[in-house]
Amino acid sequence: MSDMMKVSSNPHIIDKVTTSSIMAAVMIALLPAAGFGVYNFGLNALVLIVVTVASAVLTEYIYEKLMKMPITIKDCSAAVTGLLLAMNLPASAPWWVGVIGSVFAIVVVKMLFGGLGQNFMNPALGARCFLLLSFTSIMTNFDVADVYSGATPLAIVKEGGTYNVLDMVIGRTAGTIGETSMIAIVIGACFLILIDVITLRIPGTYIVTFVIFICLFGGHGVDPTYISEQLAGGGLMLGAFFMATDYVTSPVTKKGQYVFGVCLGLLTGIFRVFGPSAEGVSYAIIISNLLVPLIERVTLPKAFGKGGEKA
Amino acid sequence: MTNNSPQERLYNGLIKENPTFVLTLGMCPTLAVTTSAINGLGMGLSTMVVLALSNVFISALRKIIPDRVRIPAFIVIIASFVTMLQLILQGYIPALNAALGIYIPLIVVNCIILGRAEAYAFKNPVIPSLFDGIGMGLGFSFALTCIGAVRELLGAGQIFGAQVLSLSWYTPVSIFIMAPGAFFVLACMTALQNKIKINGEKKGKDMSKIQSGCGHDCLNCSDTQGCKFYDTTVKAETKTEEVSSNENN
Repeated sequence: MSDMMKVSSNPHIIDKVTTSSIMAAVMIALLPAAGFGVYNFGLNALVLIVVTVASAVLTEYIYEKLMKMPITIKDCSAAVTGLLLAMNLPASAPWWVGVIGSVFAIVVVKMLFGGLGQNFMNPALGARCFLLLSFTSIMTNFDVADVYSGATPLAIVKEGGTYNVLDMVIGRTAGTIGETSMIAIVIGACFLILIDVITLRIPGTYIVTFVIFICLFGGHGVDPTYISEQLAGGGLMLGAFFMATDYVTSPVTKKGQYVFGVCLGLLTGIFRVFGPSAEGVSYAIIISNLLVPLIERVTLPKAFGKGGEKA
Repeated sequence: MTNNSPQERLYNGLIKENPTFVLTLGMCPTLAVTTSAINGLGMGLSTMVVLALSNVFISALRKIIPDRVRIPAFIVIIASFVTMLQLILQGYIPALNAALGIYIPLIVVNCIILGRAEAYAFKNPVIPSLFDGIGMGLGFSFALTCIGAVRELLGAGQIFGAQVLSLSWYTPVSIFIMAPGAFFVLACMTALQNKIKINGEKKGKDMSKIQSGCGHDCLNCSDTQGCKFYDTTVKAETKTEEVSSNENN
C-alpha cells in the first residue's frame, strides 16, 4: 500500500534515463570520431584527449571541493565537455592548451554560472573560442609531422581550390582531432538518434538551412561538389550533431528547436561565405546559444485553456 | 577623519567609494583603454586632472549656475578642460595621446566626472570638491592601473613595458589584451574586493567603511529603513542616477 500512496512533488514519471546515462551515451557516440582522430593524427592526439578529459574532470572536482559543493563528477558531464573540447583542438597543440581550455570551460563557462544545467553557453565551445582568440597561431596550426601540412580543406576551398571529396568524407584531411571524419561522426550521431538521446530536429534544420544558404549566396550555385566540400570539410557535422544538441544550451520547445537550427544555419553560412575565416561553426553555435532564452520565450506553448479568441 | 576633510575625501575616492570597483562608473574607458598598465595610468591621471579642475570650477560657480541649466553648464566646463588636456597631451606626450585615441575627448561624457559634479561639487565648497576630485581620480587611476597591469602581464608577459615573463617559456594569452579580457579581469577584481569585505565581516571587523555598491538608487531600494543616505539625499541622488545612466556611453 505504501507504494500506492506515495506522495511527492512532480515530476511523477520515473524513467531509467539519468544524466550520467545520457552523458555516457554521448561519450560512446564520440568514440568513433575520437578513435579516427587518434588513428589519423597519431599519438599526440591521444595524449591531448586524455589530458583534456582528465583536467576537465579534475577541475570540476577541485572547484566543488573548494566551494564546498556536492561533487558531481560522476554524472560524466565534465568528461563529455573535456572530450568535446579535445575534439576541437588541432592535434599539434601542446598539452597545456588542453588544460587551460578545460579549466576555462569548467570554471568560467560552467561552474560560475551554477554548474550543470545553468551554463548559458556550450562550455567546450566557449573554451574553444577562448583558446582560438588567446593562442591563434597554435589553434590554427594544423601541421602534423609526417602526416599533414598546410591548410584545412575548407581553407583550401575558400581560396578557390578544390579538394578530394572522398578524403574529406572519410576524414583523411588536416583539421582538428574530431572534426575530420564525417563517417565516424555520422555513425556516432546515428547511435544517439537510435537510442533517443538526440533528435534530428536541430541538426536537420541546421544542415538544410546551411545548404540552402550556400546555394543562394555561396557563389557556386547548386554545385554538389561545393556543397559536399562545405558539409564534410570542417566542423559542421561535429557541431551540428554533438554541440548544437546540448540539452542545456538548446531550446526545449519543438518549435524553438527548429528556429534554433535555422539561426545556426544562417550564422554559419554568413561566417563562412562573408567572413574572413573559412570556419564559423563554433561562433555560430555560441551566438545561437545566447539567443536560446529569447527563442524559448517566443515559442513557449500556450497552457491548455489559455489564449484563443477573446470573448 | 572629519566629514569633507581633505583626507576623508581622498580615502573616500580611493577605497570607500572607488569609482570603478565599488560604484562601477566610467566602464567605457575602464574596459577599453586598460590594455597595458601605462595606458591605464595615463587614462586615470588624465581623468583625475579634468575631474579635479572641473570640480573646483563647478563648486566655485555653484551659486551662479541656475539649477535648470546646470547640466549644460557642467558639460561646457568639463569639455573646456578636456580640450585643454588633449592639446597638452598632443603637444607633450604624443605617444600617450595616440594610445588613448578617441577616449581622451570622450572624458567629457565620463559619468564619474558628471556624477561627481552633480552629487558632490554642486553642493559643497571649493576645497573639499578639489580633494573629492583628486580622491576619485586617484581611485580611478589605481583601478585602471591594476586592471591594465594584470591584462598586460597575462596578455604580453610585461608590466609597464618591461618583459617579466620570458617568452621562451610563456605563451602570452592574447585574449587578455583584447576586449573580452577586460571583462574577465574587471569581474575577478570586483569579486576579490567583495571577498575581502565579506571575510572581514565574518571576522567581526567593521566593514561599513567599505561600502558595497548600493548605487544610491534610493527610489528602487527595498532596504531604506535605517539607511543613512535615505531621507536626506533621495531626491538629489535619484537625479544623479539618471545623469549617470544617460551619460554612461
